[in-house]
Amino acid sequence: MNDPHSLLASPLLPGLDDPVHDSQQVFRTLLSALSSPARLHTLSDLPQSPPPLHAATGAALLALGDYETPVWLQTPSDAAAAWLRFHCGVPLVSEPKQAQFVLIDRPLTMPPLSAFAQGLAEYPDRSATLIMQVTGFVPDGPLFSGSGIASARRIGIDGLPHDFWRSWQDNRAIAPLGVDILFVSGCSVVGLPRSTDVQYNTASGGD
Amino acid sequence: MYVAVKGGETAILNSYELLAAERRGDPEVAELTLAQIRGQMRLAVARVMCEGSLYDKDLAALALKQAAGDQVEAIFLLRAYRTTLPRFGYSVPVDTARMALRRRISATFKDLPGGQVLGPTYDYTQRLLDFSLAEASAAPTPPSAETPLPATSPRVTDLLGEEGMIEAELPLAGDPVPMDLSREPLRFPADRATRLQNLARGDEGYLLALGYSTQRGYANSHPFAGEIRMGEVPLEIIPEELGFAITIGQITLTECQMINQFAGSSDVPPQFTRGYGLAFGESERKAMGMALVDRALRAAELGEEITSPAQEPEFVLAHTDNVEASGFVQHLKLPHYVDFQSELELLRKMRSSSAKVGVGDTANQPELRATEREEA
Amino acid sequence: MNGLPGYNFAYLDEQTKRMIRRALLKAVAIPGYQVPFGSREMPLPYGWGTGGIQVTASILGRKDVLKVIDQGSDDTTNAVNIRRFFNRTADVATTDRTEEATIIQTRHRIPEKPLNENQILVFQVPLPEPMTRLEPHEAVTRKLHALADYGLMHVKLYEDIARYGHIATTYDYPVLVNGRYLMAPSPIPKFDNPKLHMSPALQLFGAGREKRVYAIPPWTRVESLDFEDHPFSIQRWQQVCALCDADDSFLDEVVLDGGGRMFVCSDSDYCRTRQAAGHTGTENTPMEVSA
Repeated sequence: MNDPHSLLASPLLPGLDDPVHDSQQVFRTLLSALSSPARLHTLSDLPQSPPPLHAATGAALLALGDYETPVWLQTPSDAAAAWLRFHCGVPLVSEPKQAQFVLIDRPLTMPPLSAFAQGLAEYPDRSATLIMQVTGFVPDGPLFSGSGIASARRIGIDGLPHDFWRSWQDNRAIAPLGVDILFVSGCSVVGLPRSTDVQYNTASGGD
Repeated sequence: MYVAVKGGETAILNSYELLAAERRGDPEVAELTLAQIRGQMRLAVARVMCEGSLYDKDLAALALKQAAGDQVEAIFLLRAYRTTLPRFGYSVPVDTARMALRRRISATFKDLPGGQVLGPTYDYTQRLLDFSLAEASAAPTPPSAETPLPATSPRVTDLLGEEGMIEAELPLAGDPVPMDLSREPLRFPADRATRLQNLARGDEGYLLALGYSTQRGYANSHPFAGEIRMGEVPLEIIPEELGFAITIGQITLTECQMINQFAGSSDVPPQFTRGYGLAFGESERKAMGMALVDRALRAAELGEEITSPAQEPEFVLAHTDNVEASGFVQHLKLPHYVDFQSELELLRKMRSSSAKVGVGDTANQPELRATEREEA
Repeated sequence: MNGLPGYNFAYLDEQTKRMIRRALLKAVAIPGYQVPFGSREMPLPYGWGTGGIQVTASILGRKDVLKVIDQGSDDTTNAVNIRRFFNRTADVATTDRTEEATIIQTRHRIPEKPLNENQILVFQVPLPEPMTRLEPHEAVTRKLHALADYGLMHVKLYEDIARYGHIATTYDYPVLVNGRYLMAPSPIPKFDNPKLHMSPALQLFGAGREKRVYAIPPWTRVESLDFEDHPFSIQRWQQVCALCDADDSFLDEVVLDGGGRMFVCSDSDYCRTRQAAGHTGTENTPMEVSA
């Protein structure tokens, strides 16, 4: 709404250069990110995405989104909406619970994880995947373990609300229901599926 | 790029050649044309279109030719092609009350508005092999009615509906868009729109047998063929940019409305209920079998006791698709060396251990086993 | 090069690939859970690997090297046919060497050579529901999975023990994935079950006719169901491979012309590799396993 880039003023940015093969590459990276949680993955040769989307966010949505996947944007943006509608035809929804993909661009003011589709007991796959844009990743941070992790590993995710890991434990507690997360910063991605356990000390727990 | 060339590949390629030669048959005999198949094997074409879920007579004729007349194989060919086609949109629901009738019969009323129209039917042909067809014959000239049929005729169920004797067929609250079974997996419980989609592309023989079972006591069903109609209906779409419906062509449909007794319940007075069948082309047997099965599958919704296979939605719907069924039955031709070896080892182990037990070592066996042996 | 003219890379259209890819992402997030997906008719019959083919087509890229095996062998007709399909539609490099492959599509076996983190194993699955022979209604089995109520399976296995003195399931032996979901590993021999556990490779399962995909992420606990006093055990042979002398591989029994029997590795690449390294069995002449 308040986006300074009005539809008419700025030409639409291009999408993926080679939709068939670029989508495949992006997908394989995301598959790896969710299969090997808490590990840093980097995408290369990404097109520029309109604000507030980071390059990896835009690529993920182009690779996975279409008319069947409702998307909820935490910060509505005409530029992002026009770009997503044009390149992949995703419906943008105003109700967080309706979204299959959720874009969080300001984690500090995000709704609770329980605000998004959690799946059904018999169909836990019908839950939201959150793309959370964070400030960056550092080697030291909470200790992660679970499916996909050979032995526990650490990674620090900057720019999360102070009580984020506690709310992640709530999400973990309702597994196999719950949301899955792709943390994104620039071209980097870290996956956090609902199956991942986290150990943190409260001092370093937040941002 | 490294591709291993092995005997298997040559064998596969050779099987293609053999198949092509067998399909063509005696080269001295003229090759079948698609126009011949389409024009003279129209009922085969209709079945392939219906169960192949694609209304295209030329492609169905091609599939039949390629499959050497094997209908299930032709249906598979059409389905595998259909799935690659882009989807431009969904049509407006067809209105069979607007059908240009070529056949219309009712078993429930002797006469009715629009009349009984026998049309092209095998019903009263006495099934004597017609040896004159063994040779080329002169083109028949069919008689035409003295007065043309009315442009449209009301459906029998609508006439009954005026009296309130039959359940109303109303869209669900909010008229939800039905799910598209060719895009989404079947889930249970399946609503009626989904069930009908499944039955519409289901195997004719299977629906015939299941429908038949409901007549023989396997489901408490007392059906009347309220109406069977066949003819052409216009197909309309609403293009996004126009916003109103335009006709893009017409398709031949066979529709069957079965009327069944219903004892009523605490909420609903006794009344007739419906079973519905719809098929591409002239496919009367299919439409009737479908209507019987549709009604049987409504048992739960009407509060009837489920006692028979045809009333069990999971049993019926999971097995209608002959492309799935044919594939899975025939996959038994694939090698199963590994599983078989595992079973062979197990059997040897069981036989050797039962031989050991035979010499009196029963002390460590679970109790149940000892009991069984005493009985044996 | 894009493969077959008139068709998209790897046959499937992009919308279908996206749908399957989304299902796969949920599958890895919920290990062992069967994700329903809009399985398409494929140009190969249902029951002949359409689920595996759809999964492979959705993950496959130009840089991948594909290996296809059936019963452990690259040479069986069905494996040849599926490899040919991807050759035609994706023009992708293929191999029969386990260690060279980035994607291995398999029916009924897990290769004997250990897999690594850069590999994906795609299983063809005929019946994805482990309880289907005990309870054919999906509406019921979904509920049992939701409640993690696997008593039905335990009773069945216990009845085996009571009846035969041991569990009489030799292939498609049920496993518990990540301590939560009961899963059918597809009809691999139970000999292969230990390879599922803490595998470095991602394992994906596709059931085309039954329209479900599921996954075991790398490094995931996979336990074969058993009882304390009847622990899970795998098949063992008295014999060794007649061609490569292996005593640690799954052996196929071959009936010879004279009526005798011979045991050979079911994993053709494993056997070849061992023979190339100088291992010889009692029947040294290379044998022809007709497809």
